[in-house]
Amino acid sequence: MSDTRVDLAEGFSVESLTANPRQARKERLIRDSLGVTALVSVLISGLIIWSLFSEAWTFMVEVDWGAVWDIGWFPRRGIYDIKTLIVASLIVTGIAMIVAGPLGLGAAIYLSEYARPGVRRTLKPILEILAGIPSVVLGFFALEWIAPNVVKTLFGGPAAGSLLAAGIGVGVLVIPLVASISEDAMKAVPMSLREASSGLGARKITTTVRVVLPAAVSGLMAAFIVAVSRALGETMVVFMAGGAAQTAVYTHDPLDGSLTMTAGMTSLARGTDSVVGEGLTFQSLFFVGLVLFVVTFALNLVADRFVHRVREQY
Amino acid sequence: MAKARLIGDRTSRVMVQAMERRAADVRGRVFQFSLLATLLISLFILGVLIADVMIDAWGLLTGRPGGFLSGTMRSLSDDPKLGVQQALVGTFWIAVFVAVLAFPIGIGAAIWLEEYAPRNRFTRFIELNIRNLAGVPSIVYGLLGLFLFVQSLGDLTGGKSIAAAGITLAILVLPIVIITAQEAIRAVPQGLKEGAYGVGATKWTMIRSQVLPYAAPGIFTGTLLSMSRGIGEAAPLLLVGAVSGRLGGNPGFFDLSAINAESFMAMPVIIVEWVQNSGRDPGFAEAAAAAIVVLLVFVILMNAAAILLRNHFEKKRG
Repeated sequence: MSDTRVDLAEGFSVESLTANPRQARKERLIRDSLGVTALVSVLISGLIIWSLFSEAWTFMVEVDWGAVWDIGWFPRRGIYDIKTLIVASLIVTGIAMIVAGPLGLGAAIYLSEYARPGVRRTLKPILEILAGIPSVVLGFFALEWIAPNVVKTLFGGPAAGSLLAAGIGVGVLVIPLVASISEDAMKAVPMSLREASSGLGARKITTTVRVVLPAAVSGLMAAFIVAVSRALGETMVVFMAGGAAQTAVYTHDPLDGSLTMTAGMTSLARGTDSVVGEGLTFQSLFFVGLVLFVVTFALNLVADRFVHRVREQY
Repeated sequence: MAKARLIGDRTSRVMVQAMERRAADVRGRVFQFSLLATLLISLFILGVLIADVMIDAWGLLTGRPGGFLSGTMRSLSDDPKLGVQQALVGTFWIAVFVAVLAFPIGIGAAIWLEEYAPRNRFTRFIELNIRNLAGVPSIVYGLLGLFLFVQSLGDLTGGKSIAAAGITLAILVLPIVIITAQEAIRAVPQGLKEGAYGVGATKWTMIRSQVLPYAAPGIFTGTLLSMSRGIGEAAPLLLVGAVSGRLGGNPGFFDLSAINAESFMAMPVIIVEWVQNSGRDPGFAEAAAAAIVVLLVFVILMNAAAILLRNHFEKKRG
């Protein structure tokens, strides 16, 4: 301590202001080790891309491409029809967005524009609890409740799993996501725009629909895209309630059971004797994973652009 | 003259009416009502979900709650020794891995990004990268775990072990820890930092004495949310290879040798397992519901604590 104390009688110089070397070393060490922790995230991205590409590459080189465009997904028999999985994924995602789009957006508009502070304080946390429910729970709910009570009674589908049941389940899962991103976007719209609209004599509904929503449109787009990406990547609900076990024949009927990309991977990995099967079974897992990764990555990048546009605007 | 006054009367009456909005705003009301309805439908679904699970689980949980918590995996649903003990042990260890790996690395990265990082392209790249990682589907992390920790580093982790699963899930929640901690650190008032510098603090002293204490509640909220996400996640565990069927041993909670043993179970995985078993033995649906209740108790408690904590500090600090 004594060497850092400035003795005013001795005179005051630049040296008095510099930290002692030991302390400066400690500061540098802390800065550098924190920097290393930040680099871990880059390392993880690198490892993800490396692991996906190295195995998917083997698959793409060695596979007979006729087997990638065939009648269905039978990986253990060497038939890897990727379109079966992609079409099922799109159906589930479409149904999920039909459920979550209006419900999430409506809830967001209500919370942001209409709810009184007290009401908002009660309802918002409940919505956040819904956001925290694990997807296995939604999978159970989709299979045991949505399938017999909604799919069977309203649509005449099977009481067991189907793409429709899985889609509704995924929709419920992404409602809070749509709601929270949309609400943030509408909250970011400056109060002065609403006041100007009311000042001109517009009713609340006109202000909301004609002023707030158009002003928040970038954020709403982001909410929609993030939700699509999340729905495409959702695994447990479609695996448990999608209505297909190990294999799937190509279908585009939502009342049928099928495998999405994520469910296809899971059921393959869940096979009785691990994934290291014969042929390219193990590698096909990474090929499907790569397709999913590329699609969700692109969607997330686009959504990120939209979010940035909101920040730049206001 | 009389006519002019009549027009004036009419106009002023319309004006007054318009200003008072006496005329019912039907469209507005319908709009507001349907918005409220969308919100209530979402909450109603949550209610139905919890009610459905509770009803299914009621018999088992009230019948032998202790036996269910200390029981193990069985091949028949009416086995009196059926329970979730192995899954609780697995989930406990996964939580330990998440806390030991993801929390320090995530908080460290957040401090660096907010307090040390130069404002340049590289920093922006790291931040974009973290946001993207947060959006990567959880099953892709499962592929990473399968490739890296089960296959390539299998000698270290013991293959399909709780260690491989724990590291995979720690990686999965890392971006969430970083993003929430960054937000908490960003909210620290500049005045506090300048005050610390003003009395001669070095950068790290300033961070330790001002930034971290002020940001602590926010950081803690983020860790709670990521922990609840981590223990509820099933997809990566299925890929990393949680066993299907019966487990050989029955490890105790603090049995360290079980960490890299070639088999493990976890709460979300046991739920999947039992839901699938319910096809051949319907009694397993009840067991799955009971396991869901056990998992939901942890997850909802953590989430509720996080939300209450955040609201409390938001209110206090305005």
